[in-house]
Amino acid sequence: MAETITLGKALNHGLRRSLEDDPKVVIMGEDVGKLGGVFRITDGLQKDFGEDRVIDTPLAESGIVGTAIGLAIRGYRPVCEIQFDGFVFPAYNQIVAQVAKMFYRSLGNVRLPIVIRIPFGGGIGAVEHHSESPEALFAHIPGLKVVTCASPADAYTMIRQAVASDDPIVFFEPKRRYWEKGEVDLDADLAGAFPLHQARVVKAGTDATILAYGPMVRTAVEAATAAAEDGRNLEVIDLRTLSPLDMTTVYASVRRTGRAIVVHEAPGNLGLGSELAARITEECFYSLEAPVLRVTGYDIPYPAARVEEEYLPDLDRVLDAVDRSFGW
Amino acid sequence: MANGESEVGADAPAGGFVQLLTPDGERVDSVTTADGMTYSVDFTDDEYKELYRDLVTVRRLDAEATALQRQGELGIWASLLGQEAAQVGSGRALRKQDMAFPTYREHGVLYTRGIDPIMPFGLFRGVDQGGWDPNEFKFNTYTIVIGSQTLHATGYAMGITMDGKIGNGDGEAVIAYFGDGATSQGDVNEAFVWSGVFNAPIVFFCQNNQYAISEPLERQTRIPLYRRAAGYGFPGIRIDGNDVLASYAVTRAALDQARNGQGPSLIEAYTYRMGAHTSSDDPTRYRIASEVESWKAKDPILRMKSFLTKQQIADDAFLGEVDETAKTLALDLRERVLAMPDPQPVTMFDNVYPHGSPEIDAQRAEFERYHASFEGSAN
Repeated sequence: MAETITLGKALNHGLRRSLEDDPKVVIMGEDVGKLGGVFRITDGLQKDFGEDRVIDTPLAESGIVGTAIGLAIRGYRPVCEIQFDGFVFPAYNQIVAQVAKMFYRSLGNVRLPIVIRIPFGGGIGAVEHHSESPEALFAHIPGLKVVTCASPADAYTMIRQAVASDDPIVFFEPKRRYWEKGEVDLDADLAGAFPLHQARVVKAGTDATILAYGPMVRTAVEAATAAAEDGRNLEVIDLRTLSPLDMTTVYASVRRTGRAIVVHEAPGNLGLGSELAARITEECFYSLEAPVLRVTGYDIPYPAARVEEEYLPDLDRVLDAVDRSFGW
Repeated sequence: MANGESEVGADAPAGGFVQLLTPDGERVDSVTTADGMTYSVDFTDDEYKELYRDLVTVRRLDAEATALQRQGELGIWASLLGQEAAQVGSGRALRKQDMAFPTYREHGVLYTRGIDPIMPFGLFRGVDQGGWDPNEFKFNTYTIVIGSQTLHATGYAMGITMDGKIGNGDGEAVIAYFGDGATSQGDVNEAFVWSGVFNAPIVFFCQNNQYAISEPLERQTRIPLYRRAAGYGFPGIRIDGNDVLASYAVTRAALDQARNGQGPSLIEAYTYRMGAHTSSDDPTRYRIASEVESWKAKDPILRMKSFLTKQQIADDAFLGEVDETAKTLALDLRERVLAMPDPQPVTMFDNVYPHGSPEIDAQRAEFERYHASFEGSAN
């Protein structure tokens, strides 16, 4: 049955389904129990599944991920909540040195089907450490997979796919889009669902390709709508999977349109846009009408909330990049 | 006295430790600590002799590995020299269903689990990264980043509770190994917090070998390490780490408490790293010879030998046979290490993701194409 719900509620439903589908799934994190998480993504789950399956943990991120590893060795499928993007770094060692490498180190003997959920990105007027976009720091690490959702329907499906996957997955949630609504089919099976590690064309077009993910997908679609008034038919791709990147979908689009513009909140230097630009240039060189352009956060620490709107890519900056691409 | 303290123990540090076999090879019948725990062992003569065999064997295998490293056959070796009693005693204290989380130095524990001692040599020879199935051997892969495995062990122990495999003598327990340096790591302190909060069935076994590479214990702590446990709300106890009997008795009791649902505990095995941190280290730069000499008098094997001889449990024929058997095992190990094949370079692309990866497959294919392009060339 299709319902219109928020992205946050869709994640909540997805986690509930995961807990129902597999008794080995456990949720762990700070405040995920009675409170339901600071964003209420785990709302009501402890009440229905018990304190052993929805675990309020001590306030220690390395401990959350480190103990999840031990639980996974024991056969569990932990879903870790990191409360905010800027709080993941105490766990970074366990994620990079242990989670990512365990399957390789153990010669394929130890699978760590761990999902690490991280609300990411800005736009909510928060204090320092609450608005960051560290996805490239994880996408760079072999052994991890990194995904992010942009719509309630994808949130519901992708979180279930991530939990069901045998890969360790860092799951970035666009926190400023938690309250945006969309239609979700809560009865949908995972069988036949759109693959987790595949990009999706969310608006077809012919003149340029906008590559976005997470919170910037909506911005990109709005830019495409505005560009249409100027007679430009933009294609928007929601990358969804940041590691591995689905370059097949990207190349096919760019070969048709001849132009590519990457949009993300994270700083531009060595961000996802850098990798996308390099790979598009290597593979689509003769199709390109202009260099791949990037619209990103600046190479500064995330600024104070009252100026964050000037930091974040918005509709106008995307349209400006589109103009530059066509003016080449 | 704080919990777990014992006034007895020849050559004990201030505060004492549990000792059931003195450096002179005298048996102490039992030790009762301040919190009322009594420790003793009840071994048959044959069991004493097998413990001795374990000690001699793991030292001989370790010596062979050190030699192999010096001869260029291992990239590096982390010697357990001096820590045999701590490892053999605690390792033999594990029951079959118990799970061990080692650092990279627990070759002695590995041996007591009945595992082929060659298993970790892939790591030290550079043939692989040290892979095996932890659940098959009840012995996790070696962990190199200091302290990380204590959190893995804690999570595993939480899983035991969640599985309901706790609360009686058939229950499962976990032992997490680490050193004195690791006690400064955040992860170890987080593991203490978590284990306490969740009453996890785990024994934290700290081999305090007095040095974290070059840094002496005083650089890690201003109180005895075992007393840290009190701050986390569970028992801490110090043992003579060179006494295989104390190591066995205290670890066995702690594991049984854990499996019975009485929660975590910390054992500090007070010992000494007789060799270098690893084969790449030079301890003469930071410690004096007289200190090493003083610890030689506390050697774990000599005291056991002295005990067996004085009690007429073992004769020269037995002692000689143990040495010979250990030597045979060591030479066999040497041969098999030398016979380890280098991996095919293309295997570096294996086991990155459980279900493979088209991206890595493409890189593997490109790697093979590139190398094939040189075939038939005059180099």
